[in-house]
Amino acid sequence: MTSRGEPVAHAPGFVANDTPRIVTSRFDYEDSYTLARYEATGGYQGLRKALARSPEDVHAEVRNATLLGRGGAGFPAGVKWGFCPPGTWPRYLVVNGDESEPGTYKDRLLMELDPHQLIEGCVIACYAVGLSQCFLYIRGEMAVAQERVAQALNDAYAAGYVGKNILGSDLSVDIVLHWGAGAYVVGEETALIESLEGNRGMPRLKPPYFPASIGLYGQPTIVNNVETLANLPWILDNGAEAFCQIGTASSPGTRMVAVSGHVKRPGVYEIVNGTTTFRDLIYGESMCGGIRDDNDLKAFVPGGGSAPWFTPDQLDLPFEASEIGPQGSMLGSGAVMVMDHTTDIPAAALTLTRFYAHESCGKCVPCREGGTWLEQILRRVVDGTGTARDLDLLMEVGETICPGEFPHAAVPAKGLTAKPFPYRMTTICFVGPSAFAPVHSALTLFREEFEAKVAGNTDMSVSEVVINV
Amino acid sequence: MTDAPPSVVHVTIDGVEVEAQPGEMVIAAALRAGVHIPHFCYHPRMSPVGMCRMCLVDIDGGRGPMLQPSCMVPVADGMSVDTGSAATKRAQEGILELLLVNHPLDCPVCDKGGECPLQDQTVAYGPGESRFVEEKRHYEKPIPISDLVHLDRERCILCDRCTRFADEVAGDALIHFTERGNETQVLTFPDEPFSSYFSGNTVQICPVGALTAAPYRFKARPWDLDQVESTCTTCSVGCRVAVQSSRNQLVRYLGVDIDPVNHGWLCDRGRFDFEAVNSDARLTVPVMRDPSDDQQLVGTDWSTALAAAAQAIAAARPGAVGIIGGARLTNEDAYAWSKLARSVIGTDNVDAQLGDGLPAEVVLGLPGATIDEACAADVVLVIGPDLKESLPILHLRLRAAARRGTQVVELTAAASGIADYARTIFAAPGTAAVELARLLDSDDPLAHTLTHGRVVVVLGRGSLAESAQPTIDAAAVVRSRMPGATFLPALVRGNVRGALDMGLAPGILPGRVNLSDGAAVSKVWGSLLSQPGLDTTGMLEAAANGRIDTLILLGADPIADFPDRGLAERALAGAGTVIALDTFVTESVARADIVLPTSTYGEKGGTTTNLEGRVSRLGQKVTAPGTVRDDWMIAADLASRLGGDLGVASAEDLWREITTVSAAHADCTVEVLTSDAAQDGILITGGSIVADLGEPAEPPAVDAYALRLVAGRKLYDNATSVQQSPSLAGLAVGPVLTMNPTDMARLGLHDGERADVRSARTSVVLSVVGSDAVPRGVVAVPFNQPGGTVSSLIDVTSTVTDVAVEVRGGGR
Repeated sequence: MTSRGEPVAHAPGFVANDTPRIVTSRFDYEDSYTLARYEATGGYQGLRKALARSPEDVHAEVRNATLLGRGGAGFPAGVKWGFCPPGTWPRYLVVNGDESEPGTYKDRLLMELDPHQLIEGCVIACYAVGLSQCFLYIRGEMAVAQERVAQALNDAYAAGYVGKNILGSDLSVDIVLHWGAGAYVVGEETALIESLEGNRGMPRLKPPYFPASIGLYGQPTIVNNVETLANLPWILDNGAEAFCQIGTASSPGTRMVAVSGHVKRPGVYEIVNGTTTFRDLIYGESMCGGIRDDNDLKAFVPGGGSAPWFTPDQLDLPFEASEIGPQGSMLGSGAVMVMDHTTDIPAAALTLTRFYAHESCGKCVPCREGGTWLEQILRRVVDGTGTARDLDLLMEVGETICPGEFPHAAVPAKGLTAKPFPYRMTTICFVGPSAFAPVHSALTLFREEFEAKVAGNTDMSVSEVVINV
Repeated sequence: MTDAPPSVVHVTIDGVEVEAQPGEMVIAAALRAGVHIPHFCYHPRMSPVGMCRMCLVDIDGGRGPMLQPSCMVPVADGMSVDTGSAATKRAQEGILELLLVNHPLDCPVCDKGGECPLQDQTVAYGPGESRFVEEKRHYEKPIPISDLVHLDRERCILCDRCTRFADEVAGDALIHFTERGNETQVLTFPDEPFSSYFSGNTVQICPVGALTAAPYRFKARPWDLDQVESTCTTCSVGCRVAVQSSRNQLVRYLGVDIDPVNHGWLCDRGRFDFEAVNSDARLTVPVMRDPSDDQQLVGTDWSTALAAAAQAIAAARPGAVGIIGGARLTNEDAYAWSKLARSVIGTDNVDAQLGDGLPAEVVLGLPGATIDEACAADVVLVIGPDLKESLPILHLRLRAAARRGTQVVELTAAASGIADYARTIFAAPGTAAVELARLLDSDDPLAHTLTHGRVVVVLGRGSLAESAQPTIDAAAVVRSRMPGATFLPALVRGNVRGALDMGLAPGILPGRVNLSDGAAVSKVWGSLLSQPGLDTTGMLEAAANGRIDTLILLGADPIADFPDRGLAERALAGAGTVIALDTFVTESVARADIVLPTSTYGEKGGTTTNLEGRVSRLGQKVTAPGTVRDDWMIAADLASRLGGDLGVASAEDLWREITTVSAAHADCTVEVLTSDAAQDGILITGGSIVADLGEPAEPPAVDAYALRLVAGRKLYDNATSVQQSPSLAGLAVGPVLTMNPTDMARLGLHDGERADVRSARTSVVLSVVGSDAVPRGVVAVPFNQPGGTVSSLIDVTSTVTDVAVEVRGGGR
């Protein structure tokens, strides 16, 4: 095993830096999660302003803010809201708090440290789209988040921010807490809806592509990520125009990024959307402060465990989806995992692939069977008993999951040019391709490390098999 | 309603433009165009799940070819599908390789080997060799998940067919996926077996050998099987079935998918009761009482037995011959016996029903409906037996219709097996007509739909402890208040409809005509009797009073099946000579004087008629044991011994004669019956009988101290076909009295306690269980169960049966 370096001194949490703070503005207070602190720091002002306007107006404000979904797909929330078929009620809001993507822990902090901000965002969304009820789905393992959101919800009900005739208006919204049972795939919105309905958490068939037309209990349903909703109070309080002043036109505002791995200061950062680069994040003095022990950077995962990997060649790319996609990866869920030069690449790929193989719901054959097989082959390679043929086999099994060319980054030194995102897949959801993504990136960008592991091992052909009788 | 969608869309499949139905999935459109797309989870009778990904093909919907699952993508105008593209072939090889990584290669000892979709499609589309060298998944092999079905989770490819069937089609969601990812497996819930009446279908649709049926395991290899298509005669739904044999033994039935009837499904009783045909207990030679051997039944030869039978018939006084039964017979058999009775013996005392149905003129004389019409109706009103127990596949069809929006309503004395999708309206025994009229007079929205919508009434005897009169009265209310309603008779026994159509009912001639309307029949049969004879109840009463000299039982067991056991016993004792044509020594046959062994299902050809009046062909697959004969042959032989001549030499001759004497059957010629068009059966309409339902009678007064008895049949009971099938015999529930918990509390009874149940006739001891399915004032008990006879409580002359229930000394 290679050296893992010194353990980080603290569990990764929020790290303040000098960018504007939209969703983390209260994170420095000890009592940031209380109603008193929330009200004392401008809390529920966005809701008050929203209620003074028409729902259509509020919806337009959010649409004008170009608030991109922070869950992974990056779809504009205001546009998604517009997919609800007109005249169909009831319609529901489902909050996706099942944050499970490896490396991602920003929503957890939002729920633990500022639950009222989320609740206010939920009520604003319900008002804007005419949603009668909100279901807040929190990942099963997040005990503190569950506790704090539950307490905040009780306080918000008591204070009249949730429930009947909110703040004396005609708006009545109930928020129901639901705790998950620990399945990664439930982060997929249709699987989350199945889980909410009490079924096995398995993704639904598409079409319909958006639950906005047919979702929870067969009704129009908006599924939004925690961070997405947490932006709403600020946008309604300060206006879409102010929001668009931050970041770029196509990716306005800020976004939270969780950094883990071999950096000096891992943690959650609020960064400027669209302009902050990976170099700023990883090497910036106010951010991660560089690689531990001033080691060399070997590779990093730019958007959660399922994203294809980047190398130092991509450090200067900004957090801007339209720039990341053509370079062969995605921004995903806002998680950056950094690997320094001591990293055993095949072992790192195995760690990620194992996760996705384990989290397959079992529905689609390529994911259920292929994911586990990938893990088995890769484990053999990592353990030093694999052969050169296994390396081809890994790619061929992967091609059954993702036919055609799989996206990857450019490595000019190795003559590799970028293959753009996205991939094609033979599965219903992205869990299957996610099991293959780390294998593909590792094997494409660092093939020599795999070849070193299998060097000297030969495949046994049939003629070489000796049967003792 | 929205605008009418286009009636057809044009799709190009492998370069050929084909027409497809809007909404149809690509895989179905391709199949109709003759292009097979390999698949495992897709099943045309269930909703798509897209789990196996085997049906991925290149579909170009306008944005270039993309691999998409053809079971989930509906056709669209201008769509282009390529099922042989390089990408498609690569995907097929890849999916099959993945399906095989954990599939044990135990094909040589697997029952599915040779007819296995996984095996076949691997040969056709697979990669040729496996690169998987790791350890496969291991589970305990196989585990019984019910008395009938075994599950081998190692072979399972998790296609969701069985679990979907159980949930979506059968409504018995007793098997489900458990665990996750690579560990996903199908299992039952702890301590809850997969005890569904439809479990055999999961075995049939399993695309691998993961589910096997206990009666078939290791019995044959597919390449040893020989098969013929036939129609199931276990009940009168008439499911199409493939009868398979190996070495002249029936080994398996498979459901055949026909649109108008069974959609490929079978109930487990119909699927597995072939075991009775193979039973060693079958009668194989004629049997007669031997005066020299203490009147024991001993084997004899046919000429002795037939001579004795003919003599007993000839010696009988005029009008003192009675013929009971006929539902086990083919149409041809029934016609031969109908003709023998009327034109040779000279009696009209014939009845294919056993006093447990409705009068023949009510069955034949009401405007008829088909199963499809019922499923397309606004409301289906069930006034009859528990369809799940008696006509299981009709229950599945109605359940599917209910899921699509047909409202199903049951007017019943106790909630039945259809209550999970039907609205139950309680009507105490004897009060169906009153309760229906009350409903129609109410402001319930259902009243308007019943009187103004498309309504099909499923009509039959809901309880054997109640006479036919209350049901007839309810039908009279339907006729007068719901003039548009049509009727689907809930006949229970296999070919009872065919036997009635052939005239095996008093006063009725072949072709659904009355005696007075028999000109066409008399041209062939000669002069006809003018007065209708006795029905089964009448014959048994006459026999009990010594007025029947010769009683012939055509596959009938009145002691077990007639509602009033006491009367049946007195009748068999009081009849002069009892001649029984049967396959087994039943309770009634044991009291016969002359027993003639007959062939049965699977051993003879001919035709059968289902409850709709649909005629379909039976297939002969195996030769009958011993010297047994077809029923029509026995009729023909007896005719010649009695000095007559039926004039037929084959079952086909009989059918030709039927088409000449019956106007209703005239178009259903032998040529039509043997054509491809007859695959779905030929629906016989017509006939001139008009049911006279009379005026509803006053319902019997309620005795506040008594409970009113409901006796209905269960799927598994004491019937010979169940008890002689080892796999089914143990599934009968036994005689348990179900009553409302409030009534139990009032009487101081507890669940499982044994109680005295006393009617005006006698008293029996039954264990009691509480259930809200039974309203207060009513008690329900299954009829004809092993281990207890409740028919001794019933007096066939009473409209209803009131009983008193008391705690038994000695308690639990």
